[in-house]
Amino acid sequence: MFKGNAFKFGDSISTDLIVPGRLAHLRSNLPELAKHVLEDADPTFASRVKAGDFVVGGDNFGLGSSREHAPLVIKMAGVSAVLAKSVARIFFRNAINRGLPVLICDTDKINDGDELEVDMSAGTVNDITNGIVLTFKPIPEAMLAILEEGGLIPYIQKHGDFKLD
Amino acid sequence: MGKTLAEKILSQKLGRDVNAGDIVVSPVDLAFAQDTTGPLTVREFQSSGFKTLADKRRTMLFLDHAAPSPNAQLSADHMLLRSFARDTGCIISDVGAGVCHQVVAESMARPGDVIVGADSHTVTAGALGTFATGMGSSDIAVAFALGKTWFRVPETIRIEVKNKFSQFVTAKDLILHIIGLIGADGATYKALEFGGKAIETMSMAGRLTIANMAVEAGAKVGLFASDMTTEKMLREMGRPEQYRSISPDKDAVYEKVIEIDASALEPTVSRPHTVDNIVLSNSLSGVRIHQVFLGTCTNGRLEDFALAASILRNKKIHPDTRLIVAPSSKRVLLQAMDAGYMRIFVEAGGTIIPPGCGACLGLHQGILGDGEACLSTANRNFKGRMGNPNSFVYLASPATAAATALKGVVADPREVLQNV
Repeated sequence: MFKGNAFKFGDSISTDLIVPGRLAHLRSNLPELAKHVLEDADPTFASRVKAGDFVVGGDNFGLGSSREHAPLVIKMAGVSAVLAKSVARIFFRNAINRGLPVLICDTDKINDGDELEVDMSAGTVNDITNGIVLTFKPIPEAMLAILEEGGLIPYIQKHGDFKLD
Repeated sequence: MGKTLAEKILSQKLGRDVNAGDIVVSPVDLAFAQDTTGPLTVREFQSSGFKTLADKRRTMLFLDHAAPSPNAQLSADHMLLRSFARDTGCIISDVGAGVCHQVVAESMARPGDVIVGADSHTVTAGALGTFATGMGSSDIAVAFALGKTWFRVPETIRIEVKNKFSQFVTAKDLILHIIGLIGADGATYKALEFGGKAIETMSMAGRLTIANMAVEAGAKVGLFASDMTTEKMLREMGRPEQYRSISPDKDAVYEKVIEIDASALEPTVSRPHTVDNIVLSNSLSGVRIHQVFLGTCTNGRLEDFALAASILRNKKIHPDTRLIVAPSSKRVLLQAMDAGYMRIFVEAGGTIIPPGCGACLGLHQGILGDGEACLSTANRNFKGRMGNPNSFVYLASPATAAATALKGVVADPREVLQNV
């Protein structure tokens, strides 16, 4: 169960908006890079976000680059899950590989600042502020297996290999 | 039941029948990372306790995104990658060698291969009939160590392109048109497969441009059947024995088939800040362009430079517009020098930067000022892409780029050539 507030973003939040190429020199200094998370989409986000909060996007969240730093710094900011109407392929895979859930649901119904409660096992997002309950699409089994171990590296360390097919 | 190219490559690789929707663990023929994703890949590899690579001759690191390094932090990242290469024996492609995707196409990719890279434009090698896709650093660290990765076999959208292109209309205009048609998420999780008369007669450079941008429609791979053009390319690269024929079955099952008439296409431009924001170039006449960027893994090949040079020969670019040229590899740089293209660009008022990626992703060499606009032959125009969130990036073909450099505003290459 995750509980926190929604930070609402629009459609097409690219990896360039999450961690731009101009900050490539900070990628080996993750705490410093994390201070700039989503800076070009909302310059105040990094200073306002609290542990447990949610990043809520629209369509095609995380499109663009393969940079795993994008979900990594979102997670480092304390975000418990990303909610979106749809998500780009590589970002989705990277987020799961980092143990950051990405939940696909109708985020149009969520407003900026809403208090949310996510029940991973029930597959629901409870918007406490506006009194509605959304269901999210089940995470594919192969990815759930990785997410449940906390990410790909812990998964491989535990199993020694892929046990997916 | 017939197989799509994606299903066929993965079935052959695995030695058993696989179909769209299946989850598979597949061997990889090449795994690579570059200098902005490689340091994290190396650290994940090391912190996981991995010591040795699955195959050091099929593992590569590229120093191309910050090449040469603009600051001490990125120099330290380069040192880390060089040291990893020394310790493990993997292949390193150092500063000046070129953009990973061009070097992979020139020297590594084979028809029927499975390639994974820590860079989203890894899809470029699909032009050679290679199942090539981008992933993050953790996935690549595991591929380095185990020599395999997992995939969901993708459904395929077949793009059937008939007839011939008009003069100064290129593969870039086609792929921009397709992305405009299906949207930036129109092929998410899917394979795009390209065929038809206009594809069969298309050069390898054109196919690489199209495969490169498959990811801009969200696709996992952008695939072309191998043919005489693939064979000719491999021969030119000194590895003719690596050719093999691979093509989809006639009765393959596609999620959708989209037919496009190449002869109806016109010079096309993607406007800020998403790649699917597509219009014809002549609808943007008058839009002031401060910088033209000719290069990248999308359009920094010899054929692209030949086209741009044919427009810029014995002319001067607009006095208020800069022209920056970046060859996609050392090989392209040398060939373009021999062909005289570099002299044409410099005499026209342009400047040359080293083979690499820096300008495209706003890392260095060509960062835009507040309010400035660039017309680029690259693949992305997201807000902030070229180093400044208060600037604007338009995407177009090398012909449109050259015409725009002459006019200082977005220009249609066909009109520019009529009026000079």
